Amino acid sequence: MSLLGFAALLALPWLLPLVMPPGQAQFWTANILGRAIVFGIVAMSLTFLATYGGFISLAQMMIAGIAGYALAVCVDGAVPRIVGGFGYGAAIPLSLLAATAMGLLVGAISVRTRDIYLLMITLALAMGVFRFVETNIAWFNGYEGIRNVVGPTLFGFDFRNALVFYHVALATAALLYCGILYLVKTPFGLVLQGIRDNPRRVAALGYSVGLHRIAAFGVAGFIAGCGGVLSTIYNIGISPGTIGLGATVNVLIMSVIGGLGHPVGAFIGSLIFTVFDTFAASIYDRDRFNTLIGLVFLAIVLVSPDGAIGIGARIRRFLGAPRRSLQPASASSIRTAEEESP
Amino acid sequence: MTIRITRRATLLGGAGLAAGALAAPAVAQNTPIRLGGLTTLEGPFATGGQDAYRCVQMELERINHTVGGRRIEFIRESSNAQADVALARARKLVEQDNVDIILGPLSGAEGIALRDYSRTLTGKTIVNGSSGASDTTLRNPSPNFFRFSTDGTQWMAGLGKHVYQTMGIREVAVTAGDYAFPYAQVFGFNLEFCRLGGKVTHYWAPLGTTDFTSQIAQINRSNAGAVVVVHGGTDGLAFMTQYAQAGGNKPLVGGSIMADQTMLSARGPHRRVMVGMISGGPIADVIDDPTWNDFVARYRRRWANEGGFASPSIHAVNYSTNLYGILHALKEVNGDLSDNQAAFQRALAAAEITAPTGASVKLDHNRQAISDIFLNKIEERGNAAQVVAFDRARGINQTLGIPEARFLSLGSPSRDNPGCVATS
Repeated sequence: MSLLGFAALLALPWLLPLVMPPGQAQFWTANILGRAIVFGIVAMSLTFLATYGGFISLAQMMIAGIAGYALAVCVDGAVPRIVGGFGYGAAIPLSLLAATAMGLLVGAISVRTRDIYLLMITLALAMGVFRFVETNIAWFNGYEGIRNVVGPTLFGFDFRNALVFYHVALATAALLYCGILYLVKTPFGLVLQGIRDNPRRVAALGYSVGLHRIAAFGVAGFIAGCGGVLSTIYNIGISPGTIGLGATVNVLIMSVIGGLGHPVGAFIGSLIFTVFDTFAASIYDRDRFNTLIGLVFLAIVLVSPDGAIGIGARIRRFLGAPRRSLQPASASSIRTAEEESP
Repeated sequence: MTIRITRRATLLGGAGLAAGALAAPAVAQNTPIRLGGLTTLEGPFATGGQDAYRCVQMELERINHTVGGRRIEFIRESSNAQADVALARARKLVEQDNVDIILGPLSGAEGIALRDYSRTLTGKTIVNGSSGASDTTLRNPSPNFFRFSTDGTQWMAGLGKHVYQTMGIREVAVTAGDYAFPYAQVFGFNLEFCRLGGKVTHYWAPLGTTDFTSQIAQINRSNAGAVVVVHGGTDGLAFMTQYAQAGGNKPLVGGSIMADQTMLSARGPHRRVMVGMISGGPIADVIDDPTWNDFVARYRRRWANEGGFASPSIHAVNYSTNLYGILHALKEVNGDLSDNQAAFQRALAAAEITAPTGASVKLDHNRQAISDIFLNKIEERGNAAQVVAFDRARGINQTLGIPEARFLSLGSPSRDNPGCVATS
């Protein structure tokens, strides 16, 4: 089923021209689907933390920006040249490393907070980094940011080609998505879900709650970093606006309207968001189109508190079709796993 | 009955097809030119963006949306002054709405992002809206990005000379915001003032500063003969209010966004000290020029009852100037955008136009405007303070007359590189 879906997504750039003019098909491939996937990866890092750890972090867009800035600072050809000298082969792993480290740092700083306090401290960290980047000229070129990050040439294919970009983004998203689904079944993932349901019990079992939390933030940092690298190449550079308050809130909106119950929600949410963000101005008054975006999101959250994937689940329940639960594994499954493990 | 309808439909369809086939050549020639507008209708510069669209609409209405025998369709998009949003909207304009030319964006970082994007396009042209970062056209220019408006450094042309020679001041205190636009403006002022032998002390403050009292105390104690204020918006208002309250009485010199109706129409003690302030920029409220008087009169007639300002804003004038460039070139080539717009882009590069302010504009080899800059003074006229142009520096280029290689070697403006260097 999901393999079939993936194959359909892979073939989408060739399927789209069948239903719309070729120019539009290319626009949809690169600028709706490609952009949705890139945002979706960042949103998925938030969904991962929220679904399996119960942590809502507002720092994920900032962490993605750290990867983007690390790439722009290091890579050859960026304008202005800050450090330079690295090819994409070295700069991208370096950026992912930076994002992972930032994720771990955010996790470590916020390790003793929960709920609204966690939200506040991650938001504060995000805004702190945003302001620093915006005013620092020597390393981040301030308000204007770093431009001309055009992306590598991959096996003879130019990254600026819409098809190449789309498929690389799709493959990255698929790998990360499968990685998360695998990770949550490992002992680490099960402990993480245990922490979400009852941290005291997990601590009593002898696990270090703090270390697991920090590690989960590290994993989320890596995922967000992948999104940050792709988004920087997509935008041909990065400027502070990419990690500002608006962008931070957008990622939260995508996660919430998609649904925080399952990683796939991040991509559904980012697709809905991107479509409305792009076309709202065409279907509604240009001076007021943000109102339409707001109303749509309000409607989704009102109709279905668990987002778009919740709507899907409701419809299927209504039609009476038997289905697997999209809800994450609960405390009962962790107990089973404990008993199974030697 | 069904058959009759089908037959009639077939006949009608056939007739329609035949008519379509006959009309087809005429349609191909008369497809409208699609002009995409990109400005900020959200975020900090939303009022400037709205005013820009007002003037673009007004000028298109004046020519009845037709140039070189072809209709112009204007498609509006909006960003929020962030580079990545501007880029997404520009991509939508080009790839979804299929525009031929983009007019925009409004702010500096957006301009640089669109300049980079324009390089990846063939057969499309981006003409600046109001963005004023100098690097957009100075370093790594793109062959299909054109700017008929001037940049932040150009706007200060003549000011340093005026302060040194006419006002006879040898030492000034510069207080400025700690980000790219003020750097460019301070750079432009210092290039002239320091070259003549003037001495400058800099006081930087981050964007959003509300308390300038310690800075003002230092400035008032110093030997500076004048204060150069390069803040904008609420920062500028805060500085001026506190300067007036502290009894500051040194002559004031302002950046281009200081001497502005948004400052002058606000109530408070700053208005007393601001009268007499000297500033430089691409426009003023009062310019003794028939072109400008006509433009302002038309603006007031068209927009007085629909939310327009008393006088067109700087963004509106910049968008109009760039629109004039586009219209001029389209007229030259008779609306011919074939051959990947090659002829059109050649006509753009060679265009010599007159801006709404009456300033003459032509482009340099980087497709950047060489134009006139006004020296302005704030005067009390009637019972309102107005920015009045008293002098005009003609034909100011992007390097303020310094050879380009020499200018580039000075480096990008920053707080560590404010332009106080020997340039000979």
